[in-house]
Amino acid sequence: MSSRMRRRAVNVAMTALCALGLLVALVPLASVLWLVVSKGIRGLNLDFFTQLPTPVGEAGGGVGNAILGSLYIVGIASAIGVPLGVGAGVYLAERGGGRAGDVIRFTAEVLSGVPSIIVGIVAYGLVVLPMRRFSALAGGVGLAVLMVPTLARSTEELVRLVPRHLREASLALGVSEWRTSLRVVLRTALGGILTAILLAVARASGETAPLLFTSLNNQYWNWRADQPTASLTVQIFNYAVSPYEDWHNKAWSAALVLLLLVGALSLVARFLARSRFGAQR
Amino acid sequence: MQRASDILTVRKPGRLSRIAAPVRANVPDKAWAAVLTVLGMAVLAVAAVIIVELWRLSSGVLARTGVLSFIVESNWDVVRDLYGALPFIYGTLITSCVALVLAVPVSVGLALFLTEMAPPGVRSIVSFPIALLAGIPSVVYGLWGLFVLVPLLRGHVEPWLAATLGFLPFFRGPPIGLGYLAAGVILAIMILPTITSIAIEVLRTVPLALREAALALGATRWETIRMAVLPYARAGIMGATILGLGRALGETMAVTMLIGNSPTISSSLFSPGYSLPAVIANEFAEASGGLHTGALAALGLILFAVTLLLNVAARMLVRISRRGPARVAA
Amino acid sequence: MIRPQARPKVEVQDLNAWFRGVHALRGVTLSVPANTVLAIIGPSGCGKSTFVRCINRMHELVPGAHQSGHILVDGKDLHARGVDPVDLRRRVGMVFQRANPFPTMSILDNVVAGLKLNGIRGNHAEIAETSLRQAALWDEVKDRLHTSALSLSGGQQQRLCIARALAIGPEVLLMDEPASALDPIATAKIEELIRELREQLTIVIVTHNMQQAARVSDATAFFYMGELVEHGPTEQIFTNPKESRTEDYVTGKFG
Repeated sequence: MSSRMRRRAVNVAMTALCALGLLVALVPLASVLWLVVSKGIRGLNLDFFTQLPTPVGEAGGGVGNAILGSLYIVGIASAIGVPLGVGAGVYLAERGGGRAGDVIRFTAEVLSGVPSIIVGIVAYGLVVLPMRRFSALAGGVGLAVLMVPTLARSTEELVRLVPRHLREASLALGVSEWRTSLRVVLRTALGGILTAILLAVARASGETAPLLFTSLNNQYWNWRADQPTASLTVQIFNYAVSPYEDWHNKAWSAALVLLLLVGALSLVARFLARSRFGAQR
Repeated sequence: MQRASDILTVRKPGRLSRIAAPVRANVPDKAWAAVLTVLGMAVLAVAAVIIVELWRLSSGVLARTGVLSFIVESNWDVVRDLYGALPFIYGTLITSCVALVLAVPVSVGLALFLTEMAPPGVRSIVSFPIALLAGIPSVVYGLWGLFVLVPLLRGHVEPWLAATLGFLPFFRGPPIGLGYLAAGVILAIMILPTITSIAIEVLRTVPLALREAALALGATRWETIRMAVLPYARAGIMGATILGLGRALGETMAVTMLIGNSPTISSSLFSPGYSLPAVIANEFAEASGGLHTGALAALGLILFAVTLLLNVAARMLVRISRRGPARVAA
Repeated sequence: MIRPQARPKVEVQDLNAWFRGVHALRGVTLSVPANTVLAIIGPSGCGKSTFVRCINRMHELVPGAHQSGHILVDGKDLHARGVDPVDLRRRVGMVFQRANPFPTMSILDNVVAGLKLNGIRGNHAEIAETSLRQAALWDEVKDRLHTSALSLSGGQQQRLCIARALAIGPEVLLMDEPASALDPIATAKIEELIRELREQLTIVIVTHNMQQAARVSDATAFFYMGELVEHGPTEQIFTNPKESRTEDYVTGKFG
């Protein structure tokens, strides 16, 4: 029955091929992680975290200002993006039933696919041009624009998960709508929303493109929102495309720091999601 | 389970209950509703702002040269203020095509493996590394690409391709490593998690009854997939592919670092080129305002429009597929 | 009519089956003579579906499933070395509770799906017509063979599935509550089908509808909690059952 054997052979071959897909997917991941860790860890020392970058050729120095700058810019972005995004999500969940809600929901879904470089152009026009300078604020605005759509969608889903009977019980006891929304519904969904916020912040921390011509870069410490500011991601980019091997090494170390930062945020987010603060059933 | 009384402050007895009180306009509730509505509008505002800014910055250049001739012009000469979008559109399309050709079979195969072939626990274990892949920042992929992928391509892959498939125009020219192929490969790696996770979602909606129908006729597992599962999931997988394409088109940093930054058009995958996001990333900061900035913004507008359309198409496809080609009869 | 002297088509010997830790079938032994219809009755969860799925080896596809005992078709053990389940399912066909035609295929393509799959040569169009006639569906669909299978009504879709199963020429047909989702008229058509098909095939039908079992089958087996409680000629099971549990079930005291 060679037809039967042929069919069996095809079955085995396709299974093997698909399993190969798993390998193909995992090898680059393993390689990236391995290299970032092995090449990056050599340069990690206290100076790396606390010092300013040194000129080319000079040993030592660090990316302290870039780490701080990233936190600063992401902080500004969160201050703008989180209230807007979460608020929009609550709106969609509580009052988003009609046509307007549909339009907003659709817009949020589609906006979440906007390339991050476009967001940089928008922030340039909105903030850099009027202020006539590059600034951390511009970078923050750009990242905020990225955060709002995804936060809105996640928040909406999470708030919708809160069982109706909780809201109804509260209303039936004579509690006003806004109090019900805040203290009953949102409090129940809080864990999930915190998770979503952390994940959005993690994603924003890893962005480079929106910062390239908004917050630009800075060789020094910067505490002012209206000045160009260093960031970890832009620093990695600059170091990587430079012709200097010393800077290449620094790029790997900075990449390791970035992965640790993003990873830590994501881990906390997932830990939150599973803990007792997570979405309750 | 939480009880409502745990959460609320119950009114003290003795105060007039709401029912007996005179009916007043409930200001706090109205204020709350207004606040929420404003926040909801924020999303629309964001969308409006994006479109307005892009248009404002680019309209000067587009008015001068006209949209169509801007698109087909292949010269990009900053010194002489000559701007054309063609090399970047070409580069973006080519690298995305390479990425799709590489990523889609692997993603769909992986999704099939995880949903149809592997023991049930494997899927939940593997979802973690896939999520990891998706979370690595683009600039880190670029870094890895520069120092691992490019030497690999230059030293081994491209010479091999030139030797075996060199009769094709795609594999001619000096293998320098940087170029369309490198950018395409890194894009493939980056869009793989996107396509895979949506494909998995889509495959899981295929009803068990269809698989059983094929099995009962004597189908092998692969034949079941081919006959019952894939046709059903066709639309959704296409949607996943288009979403992956959308992501590839807009990807900036990794491509910027690997594509070679040459505003030219070439049929060979080994040559350096440029993409829409890459040129914006490289030149925008130094653009001195005026036509150069306007041209870059115009490129951004083109990119925005294309990714928007693709995104809409993709999400519609995924939505259609969730409902099934039509429900299997009750 | 039972011809006890003929070799049984299907023999089940001390069959035990488990899935997900549940002991679904306990020591079932029975045989089905060729060209007869066996009805399997019993309350929900008694193991009826599990039983028929063992006969075409679809039970082993359930996670955590395993079984012991023997099932023989034409004297050959289904689990003997060298028996390919894929091959077996050509000879032992199955029709499911809910019609499951392939939604992306036309009516004709559905019917010949099994033929193409198994590489069966011959005039597919002719075989399709024969099967559709056997399933009493030909007259209703002969003018629209290339339209989507989903354009048919529920009852028609189920007959289409029967035609699809018949097309590959099985010797045994397993039917797992084939009419439970259908209206009375469609049900009646399927029951008539079963009576006619008996000439060519051996049929095992699971049903929760006792009247249907009485109308359609030659022999009946009553299952309860995984055990085969009683098995005998249909008339005897329904008018003069030997076991009290059987009597309680067929008189409607439970189930």
